[in-house]
Order: sequence, then C-alpha cells, then structure tokens
Amino acid sequence: MMTTAADSKHSTGMGKDLIVYVCLLALAGIQFFIAYQNISTSQMFVRMLSVAVIEAGLALLFFMHLSENRGLKWFVLIFTVAVVFGMQYGWSDSFRLLDGVPWAH
Amino acid sequence: MSQADLSIHAQVSRTGATETMTAPTFSVPAKKMAMWLFIIADSATFAGCLVAYGFIRNATPDWPRPFHSITNVAIMTLILLTSSLTMLIGVRSAEQGDKAKAFRFTMITVALGILFAVLHIREWMGMIGEGATLFHNPWGTPLFSSLFFSITGLHLLHVTGGVIALIAVALKYQGGRYNADDLEITGLYWHFVDLVWMFVVPLVYLLNLAH
Repeated sequence: MMTTAADSKHSTGMGKDLIVYVCLLALAGIQFFIAYQNISTSQMFVRMLSVAVIEAGLALLFFMHLSENRGLKWFVLIFTVAVVFGMQYGWSDSFRLLDGVPWAH
Repeated sequence: MSQADLSIHAQVSRTGATETMTAPTFSVPAKKMAMWLFIIADSATFAGCLVAYGFIRNATPDWPRPFHSITNVAIMTLILLTSSLTMLIGVRSAEQGDKAKAFRFTMITVALGILFAVLHIREWMGMIGEGATLFHNPWGTPLFSSLFFSITGLHLLHVTGGVIALIAVALKYQGGRYNADDLEITGLYWHFVDLVWMFVVPLVYLLNLAH
C-alpha cells in the first residue's frame, strides 16, 4: 500500500515540536535584541532578515511538516524562492530614486 | 488508512485494475496540495507587499521611526507563535483519534488568534489616535502610514480569515463531517499566517524603532 505524507508524520512527536517552538521564540527574541543594537539600518536589515529566514525555514520544515515530504519540499522551495528572487530586480532603481543624477534631485 | 489510500482503494474496487492507479502529486492528497498552492501564491502576495515597502522605504529620505515601545509587538509575536504550537497539538491529537483534545486545542488556537487581533486593533487605534491614517502621517511622509496599515491590515485580514476557518472546520470536525486531514490542512494555513508575521515584525516594526 502506498505511504503518504499523512502517514509518515506520525513518526514525529511533540518533543520535537516543543524544541522548534522554543527555538522560534529564541530567534524572535534575537530579532528584538538586534533592533536595539547601535548599527546601521542596512546591517540591521540583513541581520533581521537572516533570522527571519531561519525562523521561516524551521516553521516550514517542522510545523508545516515539509521535512517529511522531499518532493513537496523542493516544489515549494523552488517556486517560492524563484518568485521572491524575481521581485528583487527593482532594488537598484530605489537607490537611483534616492541618489541618482540628475533627474532624482 | 489515509485519505489518499482510501481514494485509491475505492478506485481499485471500481475498476479492478491496479495498473491504472495514479498516485497523488508528491503523495499529497488533493486538498492538501491545493492548500500548498494557495500558500505559495499568498507568500508571493506578501513578498510583493514587503518588497514594495522596502523599495519605498529605501527611496524615501527621512523615513519616520515612530515606534517607541515594542512590548505590544513582542506580546503579539508570543501569542501567534504559541497559537502555532496549540494548533500542532490539536492536529496531532486529531491524528491520534482524540477528538475532544483536538477540538479543545483548536479552540485555544482560535482564542489566541482573537487575542492577537484585539491587540493589533488596539495598536492601530493608538496610532490613529496620534493622527496616523491611511493617507496621513504626523511623523513625516504619508507613505509610511499607507504601507503600515496596508501590510499589517493584510496580515490581520489573514488572521481573521484563519480564525473563521478554524471555527468552521473545528465545529464540523467535532460533528463528524470533517476528519483529521481537514484539520491539518487548516492548520497549514494558520502556520503560514504565523510565518508571514516573522517577516512583518522585523521589517515593519523593528526597523522603524525610534533610537
């Protein structure tokens, strides 16, 4: 008989969920800690976003059980990353609006 | 026996030909796959909003930093993360056949979702009281208020939708019309709402903290 993702998820217990929950709380705490650091906005942005990506990865893999289905994991990862990366093309233009010459001033 | 197995078993019984069976995509039942496709599409919506916010913030000199306290946001984050855990406990209980516990923890998740929404609205009212509206910002560029209310409003809309969906599914689960798979699929959506908040907090709140 075919084994589905629904069947395989029974193998994980609440212990792992609790550990992931505590890790997520700790990572959220790190984000709040970074907010009070005396660093530049760009450094703060990079650090906070890095922590957020780790948080999202933990939530996807363990809370949403993506770690238990390899095919679905790659499907979601490739599509989402492709879309998110595709949206990044405009950043250079936002700098042009701020610093560009001569039309930006 | 899972939903996917039951559907294949029924197909085999009707046709009597195991060779013609088609496995579900990634061995995921159709309803769950539909939820994943929705989550992927919705993550693109939120990513679009957050990238647009980043673009405008980057291109606007003297961006305001109006937040003096992050206590409310910290409590809201704690509530939403905890609601994800209670949702997980509810789904696991449903998988183990403990219907009463599954229903109880789903309703705890609903209560936490409502509490989150109340705190969110309270925070909005505080900002509106200070003069911030969708088109007006007392601290500088009106774009800040527009983006703040749009992004947090979209998230709040998702939380509200999630609360309604959880109540509906939990009641039908208790009534025997829905099964553990349905509860798990709704739980996926709830975890997604939590996941989005992990990006909204640093980008919209923490980066705009007054120093």
